[in-house]
Amino acid sequence: MALLDKKSKRALTDPLMANNPITLQVLGICSALAVTVKMDTAVVMTIAVIAVMSISNTVIAVLRNWIPGKVRIIVQLTVIASLVVLTDEVLKAYMYDISKQLSVFVGLIITNCIVMGRAEAFAMQNTPGKSFLDGLGNALGYGGILIAVAFFRELLGSGTIYGYPVIPESFYAAGYENVGLMVLSPGAFIILGLIVWVQRISADIEEE
Amino acid sequence: MRSNTYTLGFTSAITIVLGFFLALVADNLRDRQELNVENDMKKNILYSLGFRPTGETLWTSDNIQNLFDENIEGFVLNTNGERTDRDPATIDTEIDTVLLPIYMKKESDGIGGYAIPIAGKGLWSTLFGYFAIEPDGRTVKGITFYMHGETPGLGGEVDKAWFQNNFVGKRFVDGNDELIGIRVLKGKVQPDDSDAYHKVDGISGATMTAKGLEKFLKEDLTRYDPFFKKVREGQG
Repeated sequence: MALLDKKSKRALTDPLMANNPITLQVLGICSALAVTVKMDTAVVMTIAVIAVMSISNTVIAVLRNWIPGKVRIIVQLTVIASLVVLTDEVLKAYMYDISKQLSVFVGLIITNCIVMGRAEAFAMQNTPGKSFLDGLGNALGYGGILIAVAFFRELLGSGTIYGYPVIPESFYAAGYENVGLMVLSPGAFIILGLIVWVQRISADIEEE
Repeated sequence: MRSNTYTLGFTSAITIVLGFFLALVADNLRDRQELNVENDMKKNILYSLGFRPTGETLWTSDNIQNLFDENIEGFVLNTNGERTDRDPATIDTEIDTVLLPIYMKKESDGIGGYAIPIAGKGLWSTLFGYFAIEPDGRTVKGITFYMHGETPGLGGEVDKAWFQNNFVGKRFVDGNDELIGIRVLKGKVQPDDSDAYHKVDGISGATMTAKGLEKFLKEDLTRYDPFFKKVREGQG
């Protein structure tokens, strides 16, 4: 692969850490709470968002010079909604069990502010290549946090990682119990809050 | 600023192109999706009747089909508990309320059990599942839920093995063979309780889900009771 120029590289890597859509821009929280009880749903959700975002950004960037300004949001929404329906259909056909668990949340990718935010803020002004990288980067930044939150929630809440039990039986025998709070939404808020805190400290970000 | 004609033309074109594309995809995937739904139903019927995936027989699409075809016979009852000639696959339980699908486990030496669909309100959502009954018409063989929207960790525990295993071996009729249903307790069943035969351990924090489950389970069993009454009498 040819080396990416500086701007393309930033489009891809910035949203992973320094400008992460969840922890820094605090977007897309709704689904981050809903699908992070178990890691398998979080991983599939991540893949779905990567697919939707990188393709929608690319398509919108290709069309950017033809999209009439008056209806640009509607056009973006149409493209994103079509891709989300497509993803949902594919999941139902090939990963039925997971799609049942994700239920409405795949559909709700449409309303995920990150997807439309990137289409409007980046893809409308940049080339398809850069927009693709920007979409991919943001989706990975979103997914990374999703999987991190799911890791802690599943470990503490169910004692498993990706469905495999990791807490030895002897711990339970000694009185250890799974933290019920972690499987409920407040558990996700707490984990997410801690991640935001740790990241802001380590990245040395100050609020103005 | 572009003209209105251009805007209208552009949006129409986008809509037509994307609409056509989606219709194409949906049409091509439909068979596979319907197969998944059917397999999921068969899997749950098998599961309630005590089939478990092991190393050799994982829940793959083919295995489910084979297990089901070899071991299960589905038929439809009317409200008097008499067998009709309808195919259970053609029954929509929401419309055909007087027709009751039932699935029988065939064994080399007779009948291995019956599974009936159960559905009803929990706290937040409608729960859907299967309830399996031993060939004596009195004892629970198994229970499963394949769809619900109860709180994970609380009411959502209904789909966990520990809760479902609770039901196995319990009886839903009293000493006179009258239907009494299954009671889901708050807390654990006391071993010295003389009524323990129709009580199961509850889920802490899920009282409303348990109450709903108790109620709709009894309602569903009542609808099938004419049939199971005959099964019980047949056993003497």
